[in-house]
Amino acid sequence: MPEATEFDETNVNLNEVDFSDLEEKYKVQAPDGFINKFVVCDGTPVAPESKAPVLKKVLAKLFGQCGKIERLDVPVNEGKTTGYVFVEYSNAQMALNAIKHLNGKKLDVKHRLLVNKLSDIEKYVLSGKVKDEFDEPKIPEFQSHGYMKSNLRDAAGRDQYLLHQNDEVGVYWFKRNLKPEPAISPRSQWTSAFMKWSPKGTYLFSLFPNGIQCWGGADFERISRFFHPSVRLVDCSPNEKYLVTLSPEPIALPPDDHPSRASFLFGPESQGHKLVIWDIRTSLPVKTFALPPNLENQASMPWPLIKWSYNDKYCARMGPDALAVYDVENDFSLIDKKLVKISGIMDFEFAPGGVKLAANRKSDPPEVVLSYWTPESSNQSARCSVMQLPSRSVLRTVNLVQVSDCQLFWQGQGKYLCCRVNRHTKSKKTRFTNLQIFQLEERDIPVESIDLQDVVIEIAWEPRGKRFVTISRPDSSENNPAFPTNSLTFYDTEEVKKGKGIMVPIKRWIPFKTTAGKYSNVVKFSPKGRFVVMAAMRDVKGELEFYDLDFDGEKPKDQSKKVASNVKMLATHQYQGLTNLEWEVSGRFIAGWSSSWKHKIENGFKIYDCIGRLLREEIIDGFKEFEWRPRPKSLLTKGDKKKVRKSLREYSAQFEEEDAMEANAELREQILRRKKLLHDWRSWRMSVDEKLEKMNLVAHRDEGKVEVIEEIKEIVLDEKEEIVE
Amino acid sequence: MMRPILLKGHERPLTQVKFNADGDLLFSVSKDQEASVWYSSNGERIGTLNGHKGTIWSIDVDPETDYVTTASADFTGKLWKAQSGECIYTWNFDAPAKRVEFSPDGNKVFFITDEVMGQIGTIKIFDIDHSKNEQSSTPVLEIKNDKGVSERFSVAAWGYGGLTIVAGHANGKLSKWDAKTGAFLGGVKPHDLLVTDIQTSPDKTYFITSSKDKSAKLFDVDKLELLKSYPSDAPLNSACITPVKDYIIVGGGQDARDVTTTSASEGKFEAKIHHKIFEDEIGRVKGHFGPLNYVAVHPRGTAYASGGEDGYIRVHHFAKSYFDFQYDVEKTAQAAEQQALDKKEQEEEEKKEQQAVEA
Repeated sequence: MPEATEFDETNVNLNEVDFSDLEEKYKVQAPDGFINKFVVCDGTPVAPESKAPVLKKVLAKLFGQCGKIERLDVPVNEGKTTGYVFVEYSNAQMALNAIKHLNGKKLDVKHRLLVNKLSDIEKYVLSGKVKDEFDEPKIPEFQSHGYMKSNLRDAAGRDQYLLHQNDEVGVYWFKRNLKPEPAISPRSQWTSAFMKWSPKGTYLFSLFPNGIQCWGGADFERISRFFHPSVRLVDCSPNEKYLVTLSPEPIALPPDDHPSRASFLFGPESQGHKLVIWDIRTSLPVKTFALPPNLENQASMPWPLIKWSYNDKYCARMGPDALAVYDVENDFSLIDKKLVKISGIMDFEFAPGGVKLAANRKSDPPEVVLSYWTPESSNQSARCSVMQLPSRSVLRTVNLVQVSDCQLFWQGQGKYLCCRVNRHTKSKKTRFTNLQIFQLEERDIPVESIDLQDVVIEIAWEPRGKRFVTISRPDSSENNPAFPTNSLTFYDTEEVKKGKGIMVPIKRWIPFKTTAGKYSNVVKFSPKGRFVVMAAMRDVKGELEFYDLDFDGEKPKDQSKKVASNVKMLATHQYQGLTNLEWEVSGRFIAGWSSSWKHKIENGFKIYDCIGRLLREEIIDGFKEFEWRPRPKSLLTKGDKKKVRKSLREYSAQFEEEDAMEANAELREQILRRKKLLHDWRSWRMSVDEKLEKMNLVAHRDEGKVEVIEEIKEIVLDEKEEIVE
Repeated sequence: MMRPILLKGHERPLTQVKFNADGDLLFSVSKDQEASVWYSSNGERIGTLNGHKGTIWSIDVDPETDYVTTASADFTGKLWKAQSGECIYTWNFDAPAKRVEFSPDGNKVFFITDEVMGQIGTIKIFDIDHSKNEQSSTPVLEIKNDKGVSERFSVAAWGYGGLTIVAGHANGKLSKWDAKTGAFLGGVKPHDLLVTDIQTSPDKTYFITSSKDKSAKLFDVDKLELLKSYPSDAPLNSACITPVKDYIIVGGGQDARDVTTTSASEGKFEAKIHHKIFEDEIGRVKGHFGPLNYVAVHPRGTAYASGGEDGYIRVHHFAKSYFDFQYDVEKTAQAAEQQALDKKEQEEEEKKEQQAVEA
């Protein structure tokens, strides 16, 4: 046996000794969740040691609200408290409670408490995952995308439109009857579904499987992305501040420890939500919602689900028996922190403009108003009401009975509201329509009721006027689409004699012209008023009819003399494939198109001017959508506009000359192209003829040698001999 | 366009109509198993060719209007005397015959037999012996569409001099074959769907194709090079090239099985006239209430005939406006030509005068 070497204590390198067995043996066995009972509170006052007991008392009282405190330590260093304290609760639930309620709490003006789990401190701070030094986040440099409204600077003031055909999307300058000029070269795969302009035309949104992309500027560069997988529907607030998206796929947060969790856009409160509101400028989500349970797994979705007030100040969402109205400027919090309970609410609609209520002073800002309706229930009649925001006071309610359905139609400025009430007889066998017209700007909001025999299927207000047009049809069991049974009716208010001492009565609407026997089922009022286009869509006939409501000519006898309007049909067209119809913002042109999303017949588009002349027609296989680029409101004052109107003659002369020159340029180009084609063809033919001659294959038949043989046959049918004396 | 002559003699959809080389006669075949012969000028029916026991898919007349030949779904092709209407010979095949055409000299004829029941689609070329009725039953050449090369032959036409045959396939492909050796000379795939018709120019140096993919296209025979294309808004069944004027006429419409829910105007049952060189659409001729199955043009360019799914043949004799219509470019080109011609004449006259003076 070898002799044991002498154990020299001083020579031992402690780092080399294996203590693992001892560590194992004396390891503190913290019970499960033991550490979760502790919280660390930072941000408490730094006070002299003598004040520590007072501080401890104050904090103990505060933290005591959230659960039973086992122990509270206020560490002291160099005669001063350190600013942080440790609290041990009797269980983990209490600790979580304290974090939930006290984190971010202000102790006084200067001190804000930051409460965290002790385990988090261990996890993030001690492990070195969080750096000790503060790294200033880099704010990405502002990237200019050019002037976002460059299209408005066009010298000729031309409009833009978007064409989507097959997989290709292009934006073009509209040049009346001439070939449109591409604003950018058409892009393929620009969207996986459809494209959408923002309401004022600043942005262009395209859908992708992973979300929305936003484009803008003269070259339509990408401005931002909105990450929302499988997004299907998109909507934009009227002032282009917010974007609303809906996806059938609920938002799923990556697990806590997943690397993508930190950069994930949505917080834990968004788990399972499908509807997202985004701030367009930051491209970050500001609010998310789950779908109301009655809309889950529905094949067709009412859209938009979130409606906005005209000024983007409020938005609202309908749920069962309640309306949630959010104050946009106040972090999207509910107005008065509660829902607006409206039992049975079926539909609501914001006024598209600010309403100047008669009760207000003239200098008061216009009000935000919305309307809604509720159906009949056991002890209550159906109602259509108008509510003011944010006061939530109901300004006017109309009670209705025997109601099967209602629809709300606002006039473009919010001055009038027409509630179309579809009613049924007691036996419920026949249906008829009743129009309730609210005059928002009159004292007490008078409501006029117009009773009709027919069922109204479409209503269109003159956007800035008081006239409207309806399409109606008699309600009968035999609704054969092959027979034209629809009628168009034009409504205007009765003329009132103006003068001193005559009280201006409230407006009365009268139908001043009706034409029956139509197929039309869609009516579009020009954005600038006066002109109306009716169309029969989704129909075999495909009629288009143009009307002028202020026709300058003798008024025919069949129109009521009581109104100022004089309606005249200007033109009719046939357009079989028609699936969509949209006015250009200035009201000068209207585009109709046939989308291959609906059917494959005559896909393409046609553009007419407001008096019904066809300007341009293109038949494009696989054509999908046509979208006019919207324009913001004009900046011209009333005086400016008047001036323009006055010197219209000079302007038009100038513009006509420009148009002619433009047309010539295009014509010349076309002629040159044709000349080349003709020349190419002729020279090719010549070479072929020469070749054939060489091969001795020239047609042996001479074109000039046509022999026409005319045979005249005389057939004697009858012969009679008469002797003339 | 003058008022059309409506020829009502067939009880089922027309499959092909054709003018003879002189243009005085019109031949038509239909699914009712009969071929008819008409005067093209007034639409009077001269007679019928009876004998087939199935749909007759195709008919052709030789350049001298001596013989008529037909291809039928009853697995036969027949040769008829044009003058008497008597059937003088019958070829028997193992599959329906879809298409027949005489070579430019009238001494040969090809049949396309269909690719059904395990048969390989084939173009069979036979000699025609003008001296006797009995013809050879063995083809001088067989061009087999060997499986895997392409989808079946749908249509074909002779190239100039009868040297080549160009064929259209069911998948939109075109192929070219040597008519003597049967060698494959090249192929292109200009269409996405079935090629429904091939018709050649009068000198057979270029041809037009029509397809279910809603387009017609013009190619040269030598290189199968795409010269022009004419997009349309409905599937096309036929296309032809007009002599005299630089136009082409196409016909088609929504397929019969798709039209039950659509009205006549929606089905696009129209013949459309395009400018051959500029490709623009010039006019449309409505009238049929079913798809147009075939359009044929008079060899002198004075009329065209269309055969419809509706069982009618419409013969349109062109009016003066048709011949007068010219693009400005064509007018100026013509004027320039005329000027050049005048100048030449003048120069020649001057020369003659000079010579005379010298003499």
